[in-house]
Amino acid sequence: MASAAAPTPPRTISLGAVKRKNLLEFARVLWKNHQSRLGLVILGVFVAMAALGPVLLQQPPMDYLNRYAMPSLQHPLGTDYSGRDTLVQLILGAQGVLLVALFAAIFTVAFAMFIGLFSGFIGGKVDMVLIFLADVVLTVPSFPVTLVLATMIRVRDPVSFGLILSIWSWAGLAKAIRTQVLSVKHQDFVEASRLMGISTVNIVTHDILPNVLSFLAVNFITIMKGSILASVGLMYLGLVEFQGNHWAIMITFALTRTGMILGNVAGLIYFLAPTVGLLLFQFGCLMLSNGLDEAFNPRLRG
Amino acid sequence: MLRRFLFSLLTVFLCTMLTFFIIRVAPGNPVKAMAVNIMLYEGLDEDTAYARAKSMLNYDPDQPVLEAFGSYVWNLLQGNLGVSMVYRQPVINIIFDTLPWTLLILVLALTFSASIGILAGLRIAWARKRWLNTGLNFYSSVFGAIPEYIVAYLLVSFFAGQLRIFPMKGAYDGQLVTPGPNLPFILNVLYFAILPVMTYVVTQLAGWVLGTRANATNVLGSDYTTYAMARGLPAKRIARTYVGRNAILPMVTNIVLSFGFMFGGIGLVEGVFNYPGLGSFFVGAIGQRDYPLMQGMFLMTTLSVVLFSYLAEILYRIIDPRIRNIRL
Repeated sequence: MASAAAPTPPRTISLGAVKRKNLLEFARVLWKNHQSRLGLVILGVFVAMAALGPVLLQQPPMDYLNRYAMPSLQHPLGTDYSGRDTLVQLILGAQGVLLVALFAAIFTVAFAMFIGLFSGFIGGKVDMVLIFLADVVLTVPSFPVTLVLATMIRVRDPVSFGLILSIWSWAGLAKAIRTQVLSVKHQDFVEASRLMGISTVNIVTHDILPNVLSFLAVNFITIMKGSILASVGLMYLGLVEFQGNHWAIMITFALTRTGMILGNVAGLIYFLAPTVGLLLFQFGCLMLSNGLDEAFNPRLRG
Repeated sequence: MLRRFLFSLLTVFLCTMLTFFIIRVAPGNPVKAMAVNIMLYEGLDEDTAYARAKSMLNYDPDQPVLEAFGSYVWNLLQGNLGVSMVYRQPVINIIFDTLPWTLLILVLALTFSASIGILAGLRIAWARKRWLNTGLNFYSSVFGAIPEYIVAYLLVSFFAGQLRIFPMKGAYDGQLVTPGPNLPFILNVLYFAILPVMTYVVTQLAGWVLGTRANATNVLGSDYTTYAMARGLPAKRIARTYVGRNAILPMVTNIVLSFGFMFGGIGLVEGVFNYPGLGSFFVGAIGQRDYPLMQGMFLMTTLSVVLFSYLAEILYRIIDPRIRNIRL
């Protein structure tokens, strides 16, 4: 590290000091914590589904003779309103869910990081304006704004979908990052770097970023969890021309086409499969972020 | 306090600006489309139809941006929000028709979920039973992860579809009762409101319980509670005046705050019940690209949220003597 000469205060395990030993130690702590282990396992299954599903499986063919088939060896979760296999659709849908959540989290964290670091580091009028903006974004509820945005921006792929979901959700994290920046900004090791004439960019990347990284990692997962609900809502309203498989599409079809209201059992399974999937995905995110929090924060480890 | 007021005012201004730009950056040319529509249906010539479309949409694309924004705000202040493209009615009238229904659902839902949730939270914190906490965590992680409208759908399919004890959609039965201040009508409205309200109670209860429990656990661990116990005060008195009051205090502002936020997300739930409220019209306007209605509903939603969060701040100062005199 460029600023290694600066006296570093006793830190918790920070990803910034990416030394192999630290990384191994970090992985060990994460695996030992049973919350994050559970989260890792659940999310790992989803990642495997998303990565391998489209390679191994093909789009299930429509088969109107076998509509609403009950679970059997051939169709472990039965079939839907057009005779397509529910389990295959579920596995194929994981990729869309994961990608949208991933891009939403990447964009949100990127916006929040940029605004929070900028605002906290530069201060003054810039800070005032940015904080005001963040407060406005926090006050005005995100769902109506996202709806309106979706009528203007055409959403076709996970990237634009993630972007739309992140436009109105960076504010809380940005404010938190700013607070963190303010708290480290005047500590000795940052002052020392500045006295040594190290450039601002360098100070940010080497002194400040490592201190907020743990915080970012936890928030990244939480945002992934949160973006799921908003994305499902947008798809349900038909505001997203998102092609391909996504559990939200399955849920929407289940609600609008299968007459689940009248008690169709195979239709109910077709509805429950993606719903339980979403539930588990969010549960996995929650467990992992709790575990990360504990792993980064030795005081919570107990 | 003045600062907070100015902030709210500025937020309102920004929201208005955002609303104005909805139609400005809308894909296609809404004014032209509207003019063609008027020509077809009312047989007017092109120029008259175009002028009519401009006044109906409350937006003139030929003006410079600033001027158009100025006249938009001026019209807003006079209560002119444009005319809905689909319903052919002034948007302000639609707002007045739909707002009472939304308020009814929100007020009932909040009253039930907050009062049940706060009482249950106090009990759970006081009882310190492990299985109660586990159950609560499970409940909150399940219902925190399912969208509200899916819960609404499940309730409809079970109570209205299977058991047939509650109506599926609408706000009242027009064939049975006549709208007006008569008892059958009021009872019928309440009957139709049960399922929408239940949706919110089911999804929001856990939040209230968790919040109150956290507060109450904090108060239970505080020195003054320990001291009160050491003095040998009766448990009932400690539970009520010491723990109860202090734990409920922050929840009061939560009521106002969540009122504002429920406003933002009510569209999908109202949509499931086909309930004639603000939210389902907002969602409908978005689906049909009815820009004036969309603008009106969006403005109404954002304004209410800003208003309620401002009220929450004031209320908190009034009820909590500890921060009443701190200047903000």
